Amino acid sequence: MSTLTRYSAIPYTGPAPTNREPYVPTDTQKMDARGAEIASRIGAEQETGQDLPTLVVRRERIVETLRALKNDLTFTMPLDLWAVDYPRRRQRFDVMYQLYSLQNNERVRLKVPVADGEPIPSSLPVYKGFDWFEREVWDLYGVRFDGHPNLRRILTHEAFQGHALRKDYDPAQRWLCTEKDVAALVPKVDPRFERVDTDFERVTLNLGPSHPATHGTLRIVVILDGEKIIGAEQEIGYLHRCFEKSCETHTYQQAIPFTDRLNYMSAIINNVGYCMTVEKLLGVEAPERAQHVRLILSEFMRIADHLVCIGTNLVDMGALTNFWYLFQPREEIYGLIEACCGARLLPSYLRIGGLAVDVPPNFLENAQRLVNMLPKYIDDVEKLVSRNKIFHDRVVGVAPISAEDAIDFGFTGPCLRACGIPFDVRKSNPYLGYETYDWDVPIAEGGDTYARYLVRMEEMRQSLRILQQAIDRGLPSGPVIIDNPYVALPPKEKVYNEMESLIYHFKLIMHGIQPPVGETYFQVEGGNGELGFYIVSDGTKNPYKVRCRPPCFAIYQAFGQMITGQTIPDAIAALGSLNIIAGELDR
Amino acid sequence: MNPWMHYLVWPLVKFLVAFIIVQGIVAAMNWVERRLLGFVQARLGPNRVGPKGLLQIIADPVKFLLKEDIVPANAETIAYFLGPILPLIPTFLVYCLIPFGPPPTFVAARVNVAVLLVLALTSTGVYGIILGGWASNNKYSLMGGLRSAAQMVSYEVPFGLSIVGVLMLSGSLDLVKIVNYQADHIWNLFPQLIAAFIFFVAMTAETNRTPFDLPEADSELVGGYHTEYSAMKFAFFMLAEYSAMLVNCCLMTLLFLGGWTLAIGGYGLTTQTLQHMGIPGGMLGVLIFIVKVMTFMLVYIWFRATFPRFRFDQLMDLGWKWMIPLALANIVVTGVVVLLGQSLNFQGEVVLSIAGAAIVGYTLYNLRPRAKVVHASRVSEV
Repeated sequence: MSTLTRYSAIPYTGPAPTNREPYVPTDTQKMDARGAEIASRIGAEQETGQDLPTLVVRRERIVETLRALKNDLTFTMPLDLWAVDYPRRRQRFDVMYQLYSLQNNERVRLKVPVADGEPIPSSLPVYKGFDWFEREVWDLYGVRFDGHPNLRRILTHEAFQGHALRKDYDPAQRWLCTEKDVAALVPKVDPRFERVDTDFERVTLNLGPSHPATHGTLRIVVILDGEKIIGAEQEIGYLHRCFEKSCETHTYQQAIPFTDRLNYMSAIINNVGYCMTVEKLLGVEAPERAQHVRLILSEFMRIADHLVCIGTNLVDMGALTNFWYLFQPREEIYGLIEACCGARLLPSYLRIGGLAVDVPPNFLENAQRLVNMLPKYIDDVEKLVSRNKIFHDRVVGVAPISAEDAIDFGFTGPCLRACGIPFDVRKSNPYLGYETYDWDVPIAEGGDTYARYLVRMEEMRQSLRILQQAIDRGLPSGPVIIDNPYVALPPKEKVYNEMESLIYHFKLIMHGIQPPVGETYFQVEGGNGELGFYIVSDGTKNPYKVRCRPPCFAIYQAFGQMITGQTIPDAIAALGSLNIIAGELDR
Repeated sequence: MNPWMHYLVWPLVKFLVAFIIVQGIVAAMNWVERRLLGFVQARLGPNRVGPKGLLQIIADPVKFLLKEDIVPANAETIAYFLGPILPLIPTFLVYCLIPFGPPPTFVAARVNVAVLLVLALTSTGVYGIILGGWASNNKYSLMGGLRSAAQMVSYEVPFGLSIVGVLMLSGSLDLVKIVNYQADHIWNLFPQLIAAFIFFVAMTAETNRTPFDLPEADSELVGGYHTEYSAMKFAFFMLAEYSAMLVNCCLMTLLFLGGWTLAIGGYGLTTQTLQHMGIPGGMLGVLIFIVKVMTFMLVYIWFRATFPRFRFDQLMDLGWKWMIPLALANIVVTGVVVLLGQSLNFQGEVVLSIAGAAIVGYTLYNLRPRAKVVHASRVSEV
């Protein structure tokens, strides 16, 4: 009868739901003060009461504002750009920019209200990294960016009509994409590799969408001069599942399985990111026991993610054996999650406010067993490849990206750390108590494929360090889901036996969680970098808007530039080392 | 004996017997490779069909025969059909020339320039690959074919050059004489250690095996030259590859490991000893030969489980900048030592063996794992 202990007392005596009142973030005063400071420095209006310093900028002034933020206030990293549609307003779209300053470890959000049909000047002259983000906003909202060199649809196809994330778009419509609708994707030839002699023929080669090395459905069109790539362009959207649109028609709880499918290599981390964002909006916190389990599973998932990335990357280079050496422990990690909730790859184990069920009694022993066995597998692979001359020749100096470029493109996670930038959300904005653990952020020099490999290998060891400490501390006792019937379902025994619980159960199923009106952003360190969720609540059971900041998206847009001048085998090796997960890329 | 019997019927019968046995070995090798790879890679490999999955040897060809044979719409039909067949013919013909045991019983056709003929025949195998790659009307296939052509041309040179030292020592192009010479003196592996190494690397490259499997590089070129091939045509490519592997391992054994003999300085199981023992002696010779060949086949598989793949320019670098100069140097040194040995009357093999061992020892000493593995550095305070 362990589930009975989930609730300490019924009837509930805590605060009543506040869904019609505005959401007030906890640190809003500090943020407002900083926001006022920034606003006065660059001369913009400020919006108060937000979880981040927020500026409201007129569309004509956006480039100038961004430039000032980048040059004067060290906001060098473009994190995210998205839009929200409020059809009843005259300026119906809020185009949002989120920037990060590595120097000061702070974020700033810009809001640019625009009416339908009003163009915004493109921010590409300031931040290269907003390239695809602007295309996405154009694709899904129909907000035009003036001066964008390549403003095409990105997640939907050429025959698509309308803009899918607008509130007045009818999702029942179907658009058939035939071969003749697909515009021929011809990449530009890099001027560095233009040849003056005319007696050679270039070959345009399609890598993907179905190619053994694309691990998912990615399409890269390359122009070849011999085996050298002299022009490349990526096309994405083959795995677009309307994640953000689907969330708007589901309750907060029902969106959790959708998040599993973002980065399906580390599904729990996505669950954590989403659930913690909603919890932030609700102003609640999961119980300690749940947080501890979340941390342990997150770190295991990070290891699993890196195992897959390195394993498949090595397979792409022909080192077949490492794949099994790395997948063996991954299976065991999934076994641990299966013991918790019955599912392996896409567990949906988390709930808003805690976990779906308590962990099995031998959870920590199993975790300890895994922590004991994992180093052997990592060392085996290290021995097989790290001193191998062929492997070195294949990865050292392949597809490098400079630290400046990486920041400008909005790289996060291992790919940024491989450029020598020690940015990790777990250190910069600790959550789940990461600040209480003793661990290091691995970095490497060079930003090439080898550096990315090294960083991932070391990150697994650091995750093991965190895990060992987490296991040593033991699981806190207590419930795994919060004692708040407006957020978490009462246990079945109580539902069958008590009137109040039955009503709470009914209300929660029928009306869902109803967070206060407001918007919030929360970020976790995913397998590939900063995984952010931005949620707007209008007080109803469905999120008004869910935005996911996929780390792959920012990383993959630089891929074409990275592989130009390299050969096909290099491109394949680099693609594997970036760990592009199509589920997260296309959402 | 009737010359017709002597020159046509008996050789044909011997060839057919050798052919059938070799094809059996090739089919079995596929199973061995998959099981062994499974063992190395911590998985099972085929174990469903028959005991230990042994009937997989039959199941695979049956599957290939029954599968739909797809011809791409815009393929060059004739060339497309010739592609898989062409490499089969030379690799099969080579089995006439290979002595599998003590002569005259275990060699179909004893030719006094056998080494040259074998080299000439095996090098034509690449035509099928180029033709198949080009005729498929697929860019990946074409690139695989072209890679294969360049690779074959590049590695044919060190492949041939590395044999020259052996020929100088034994003074003959006849495989039987080369084997007899080794039984009377010492396996060529020792005086020709570097040549043997070059030969082995070059033959791995010749057969497109890991780490030189660039023509079919499945993660880059999908399947390379055989991307568009299915059913029996695909099986023919595989058959040719494994047959070529086997031929090369036979050559390796004959040229460097004393073939069917197990003797040193004329003592032990030499060809004469085996011939004196009659049929059991011949069988023993064949057994010794097969064991040696299989060792090299297993090394092939071990390579496949261990190494990543080269990049194309690195492959060319290795071939042209390292293997060819090394093979040429080996010829010069061997020639000088053999001539000096004849005029000053000492055993050239001994000198060469000591020199080879010294070089290899020095190289291994330098290659020993010294440098710590490079780790990513760590930052605690961010």
